[in-house]
Amino acid sequence: MSAVSLLAAVPQVDSGDTAWMLAATALVLMMTPALGLFYAGLVRSKNTLNTFMMCIAAIAVAMVTWALVGYSLAFDGTGDLIGGLGYVGLHGVDFLPRNDESTIPHLLFMAFQATFCIITVALISGAVVERMRFGAFLVFAALWSVLVYAVLAHWAFGGGWLAERGTLDFAGGVPVEMASGFSALAAALVVGSRKDYGRQALLPHNAMYVLLGAGLLWFGWFGFNGGSGFNTGTNSVLAFTNTLITPACALVTWFVLDLVRGRKATAIGAATAIIVGCVLITPAGGYISPGWAMVLGFLGALPCYVAIQWRPRTRVDETLDVLAAHGIAGFTGILFIGLVAQVGWNGIADGLFYGNADQLLDQVLAAIAAPAYAFTVTFILLKLIGAVMPLRASEHDEAVGMDVTYHGEEAYVTGEGAILVFPEDGGKAPVPVADPG
Amino acid sequence: MKLVIGIVRPEKANDVLEALYRAQVRGVSMSRVQGHGGELERVETYRGTTVKMGLAEKVRFEIAVSDDFVEAAVEALCEGARTGEVGDGKIFVLPLDQAVRIRTGETDHGAVTPVDK
Repeated sequence: MSAVSLLAAVPQVDSGDTAWMLAATALVLMMTPALGLFYAGLVRSKNTLNTFMMCIAAIAVAMVTWALVGYSLAFDGTGDLIGGLGYVGLHGVDFLPRNDESTIPHLLFMAFQATFCIITVALISGAVVERMRFGAFLVFAALWSVLVYAVLAHWAFGGGWLAERGTLDFAGGVPVEMASGFSALAAALVVGSRKDYGRQALLPHNAMYVLLGAGLLWFGWFGFNGGSGFNTGTNSVLAFTNTLITPACALVTWFVLDLVRGRKATAIGAATAIIVGCVLITPAGGYISPGWAMVLGFLGALPCYVAIQWRPRTRVDETLDVLAAHGIAGFTGILFIGLVAQVGWNGIADGLFYGNADQLLDQVLAAIAAPAYAFTVTFILLKLIGAVMPLRASEHDEAVGMDVTYHGEEAYVTGEGAILVFPEDGGKAPVPVADPG
Repeated sequence: MKLVIGIVRPEKANDVLEALYRAQVRGVSMSRVQGHGGELERVETYRGTTVKMGLAEKVRFEIAVSDDFVEAAVEALCEGARTGEVGDGKIFVLPLDQAVRIRTGETDHGAVTPVDK
């Protein structure tokens, strides 16, 4: 083989694509602490730190499992159900593009995908906040990131059976949104309700955190959706722009529904609408026209709104409505692609409205298989973990709050009455203030 | 007339309100206070600083009642606030010289809730 043909066979890294993907990866990583803020604002003040820490823990745990085995199972080879073990421990993941279509370093591709696994694990915590033991959550996060996330990422992104059929999922309707939403439902069922759920009002303690978190999530979502084309081409520009359009339209719908129902447009409702809009466009971003992206925002918000109104009337304490905001919105987005995808916009496939009914079938299959897999495996996984260790805090600890119980800190500590402990009297029994002798 | 002061765990505040409501005691004020009553302190660590938290968050109820309702108010406080562990709180009953309802100018027994049975 001559030197010239050898050079031509080496896939080329594109500097522009690489620059954008470096930025996009950082944007997506930021979404996890942003989610921490969003979730922390929605819980009671005594559980603020623990709720945020579940998101931080997702970064720690899922990044390690992803590098060790998750990435390999998701992206090594084109097995129908699961990838191979060739990339275990990031073996062979280096600076060349991973295949002929890719124009970015393999290592960067892996890092971008890692941030997706991380935020998906963090999302599920919304179903179990204010009562799940921190240790049990760490174990769950590690196993879930491999057994559910990596498998579904392989199905949708890594050359598994859905990708092979031609199911369209631009940025993670299957492994991120539907997986987290339906796993959250299973987790809420297995872990059980908070002890005062349905008996006392358990209210968000800081609406500003919720709004700030939602704003930062939206900002990060431009990397999430805009980066899922892995280049700076047309699909990426389309997904990026649709990420602006759809949440704005979902906000309009939310305002109208809030005003019609209660005559007041709520702030936490608006924060929720931003998330719902971003999730709706996640699977469809690079595949549908901006006009249809508007329709998706306006109409897709409806089932999510109904689900969020209905869920607190049930006995299922799926605390932060991951199912409604992610599961149902992701489900809606995945199906919507099957109706309105246009080759003229995406260069790949048309939907039912443009004469291709097969695409809708492919989307329906994903919308059935992914929730079924995520729910079932999460349910069994938590039952098994629950057989080995307690999943939830004692009633006493739940009453005191997760922050003091699991982290030995408070979010809003005043310091009054706090006595310094020096190492030399660390072993002494605590002396009550009233009896200093 | 008596002033009943109940200092309880914050997480039991809702239960106390429920019990007071069931006992038909309507006029209540509550405030957040910090206190120490012999319970073991929590140890917390902030970076390198380890502290024992000598004061615990409590909720303080103040309820002005006519003499006939003192027992009902005290019972409601006990029922709502008790967990059986150290730190459940205390109840103090004080004599009350005068009470005025600002809106109507009613005084004493006419002004506390509820009026005598």
